[in-house]
Amino acid sequence: MEESGKLLELRKVKKSFPQPDGSRLHVLDIPRFEVDAGEQLAIMGKSGCGKSTLLHLIAGISRPDSGRIMIDGWDITLFEEHECDIFRAKMVGYVFQTFNLLPGFTALENVLMGMTFGPRPPERSVVRHFFERVLWGPARAERARARRLLERVGLGHRLTHRPTQLSVGEQQRVAVARALANRPKLILADEPTANVDVGHQQQIIDLLCQTCREENVALLIVTHAPEVAEQFERIEMLEELNAVIVQ
Amino acid sequence: MSLWKIAWRSIQQRALASGLTALSMTLGVALVVAVLVIYGVLDKSFKRGAQGYDMIVGAKGSPLQLVLTTVYHLGRPPGTIPYQYYLDLSPGGRFSDAVRAAVPVCVGGNYKGFRVIGTEPYYFADFEYLEGEQYEFAEGRNFNAGNYFEAVIGSTVARETGLEVGDTFRPVHGLDAEQGEEHEPFTVVGILAPTGTPNDRALFVNIEGFYLVHEHEEEDQAGGEAAGDETVAPAGATHGGDGEASSGGRPEAPGTEDEELEKLLARQMTAVLVLRKDPMSPEFDEPDVTNPLALPRLINREPDAQAVEPAQVIADLFGGIVGNVQTILLVLAVLIVIVAGIGILVSIYNSMNDRRHEIAIMRALGARRVTVMMIILCESILLAIGGGLLGVLLGHSLTWAFSPMIAEHTGVIVRPWEFQLTELILVPGLVLLATAVGYLPAVVAYRTDVAQSLTAGA
Repeated sequence: MEESGKLLELRKVKKSFPQPDGSRLHVLDIPRFEVDAGEQLAIMGKSGCGKSTLLHLIAGISRPDSGRIMIDGWDITLFEEHECDIFRAKMVGYVFQTFNLLPGFTALENVLMGMTFGPRPPERSVVRHFFERVLWGPARAERARARRLLERVGLGHRLTHRPTQLSVGEQQRVAVARALANRPKLILADEPTANVDVGHQQQIIDLLCQTCREENVALLIVTHAPEVAEQFERIEMLEELNAVIVQ
Repeated sequence: MSLWKIAWRSIQQRALASGLTALSMTLGVALVVAVLVIYGVLDKSFKRGAQGYDMIVGAKGSPLQLVLTTVYHLGRPPGTIPYQYYLDLSPGGRFSDAVRAAVPVCVGGNYKGFRVIGTEPYYFADFEYLEGEQYEFAEGRNFNAGNYFEAVIGSTVARETGLEVGDTFRPVHGLDAEQGEEHEPFTVVGILAPTGTPNDRALFVNIEGFYLVHEHEEEDQAGGEAAGDETVAPAGATHGGDGEASSGGRPEAPGTEDEELEKLLARQMTAVLVLRKDPMSPEFDEPDVTNPLALPRLINREPDAQAVEPAQVIADLFGGIVGNVQTILLVLAVLIVIVAGIGILVSIYNSMNDRRHEIAIMRALGARRVTVMMIILCESILLAIGGGLLGVLLGHSLTWAFSPMIAEHTGVIVRPWEFQLTELILVPGLVLLATAVGYLPAVVAYRTDVAQSLTAGA
C-alpha cells in the first residue's frame, strides 16, 4: 500500500485483446491518470474507444496487460482475483449503462444484493458473517441502510417492486442506490444516461452527483454525450488520455 | 439476501422448468419411499404375525408352506399330522416338559374368501399376538369349548362381511372357493379387536364343531372321496365337553376312556402352535427333562411331523427372496432418482447461457467466483431437497391411499406415518446427488468471463 493522497491512480496501464488472426488489438495505453477522493469527473469518448474497458480495469473486473492501478493506495494489479472481488465489493460501486438490475428481485433486494457480496465488517465474526451471507442474509442494520438509500433516491414507496414494475428512471435510481450500498469510495458509471430520454438524463446525473457528494464518494462517469459531460468541472477526453488510437 | 434466497429467486424465475425438474425428483423419491415403506411394513407385519408362538408342529414338507398356512392363512398346508402330536405336546404328553402352551389348528373351509380355522378357545387366552399384547374382544366373548358351533371372527372379517355378534354363517368347503358345498352354520359369539396380524382376516370356530361338520360331510360322501383340498381328516369327534372356555377343552391324555381316546387318536389336524418354556429355567438342568431347545430336533426325527420356528422361516424368506426383490426395486428406484438428478443438471446447465449476464452483474457487485458457484449449488440442492421432500410426502400418501387394497389382499395395515429409518439416508443422499449434478453448471458459473458477459449484455 502506498500513500499518495490520490484515490485513483493509473500508471502506464495497457490493455489489448486477442484477435482471431492471432494478433492483438491494443485498446488502452494510459501513461497517467488520477482522481482525487470525492472528485467528480466525466470521461468522454466515442463509442468503442475503450471507455467500458477502462472502467472494467479500474473495477478489477479485467486485468491490464501491464501497468499499475492504485485505488486508495492499493495496487489492485497485484491482487489475486478473489482479493479483487472483495476489494471491488468494498471500494467500488458500479452503475451500468443498462442499469442491470436483476429481474427476479425487488428494488430492495437488488440493493441488498450488493451488501450480500460485501466485505465482512471487522467487528463481525467469520462464523456470523458466513451464516448471514449463506442463510439469513444481511443484518438488520444493513437492511435499514438499503431502505434509507432507496428512500433517498425517492423510491421509499417502491421497495417491493420488481424492475419490470419500475419506470426507466426508477430503475436507474435503484442502480444508484445499489452502487452506494457498501459505502464505496468510488462510483464508476458506464454511460448511465445512454438508454434514457432527455428528461430522465438530467434527473439521473443530478441524483448521481448529489448522492455521491452527500456520501463523499468520488464519481467517474464515462459518456459519449457532451451535454452530460458539460455538467462536470473536470472533463477528460479518453482519446487524449490514451496513447493508442483505436479505429 | 442470503445465497439461499438468491438461489430460490432464480428457481422462481424459471418456475415451469424448475417445477418440472423438481417433479421428476418427487416421483423418483416417492418410488424409493414407497418401496422402503411397503417392504418395511411387510417385514414388520410378517414378523409380527410370527411372534405369538415360537414353534409350529405340522406335516413334513415345506416349512415355509406350513408357516404361511398356519400363521398367515395363505396357501395350502403341506398335509396333516395325527392328533397324537397334540397330545404329546399337551400337559402329561411326552414333550410337555418343554412346552408352556400348545393349541391345535385345523385349516379347512372359508367364508367369503376368509379362512375358517378350527381351534380351541384357549388360543385367545394362552397366546399373545405380540409380546405383552393379549387378544381382546371388541364385541362379545370367546367361544365355549362345550358349544361346538360357536365362532370368533377377526376385525377385518367383521368389517368386510358385515357379520355381527349373534349372526350365523356357513363356511364353504375348500380353502379358496367362495361358492361350494356349505357346512353347518356357526354362530358368531365374539369379534376380536384389531391386532394388525393375519388373524384379523380369519374366522375361528370351535375345533369340535369343525370336526363334527367334516365328520358329517364324510358320512354324506360315504367315505368314498377324499376331502378335497382340506387338510383335516375327520374322525370320531368328542361330543362331550365341560363347556368351559379356559381349560375345559384341553385333552387329558391319561384318564380318557379308551373309546374316546381311540376316536381322538384317529383325528388329523393341520398343525399345533407351540409356545416353549424358557430354556434357561433351572428345571432343564435335569438330564431326563426335555429341553425346549431340543424340541424341534426331537420332533423332526418323527416320521410324520416336523417342527419349524416361524420367526426363523420368515427371516429366511425375507433375507433370501423378498430381500432380493426389495434390493432390485430399490436399485431401480435409486436409478430413477439419479435420472431425476441428471434432469436438474440439464435444467440448470441449459439456463446458464441466459444467466451469464446475471452472473456477471453479481460478480461486478463483488461476488466471488466461489460465491456464484455456491448459488448454483444451492439452487441444485433446493430443487433436489424440495422435490425429495415432496416425494417423501407423496410416497407415504400413495402407500396410505393404497393401504385398504394392501390390507384387503395381504392383511397388512399400512399407516402414512410409518417412516422407515432408511428414509433418513434420503436427505444427505439427495444433498450429495444435488451437489454432484450441480457441480458442472456451477463450474460454468465459476468460469464466466465477467467483462465479456457484461459487454455482451449491454
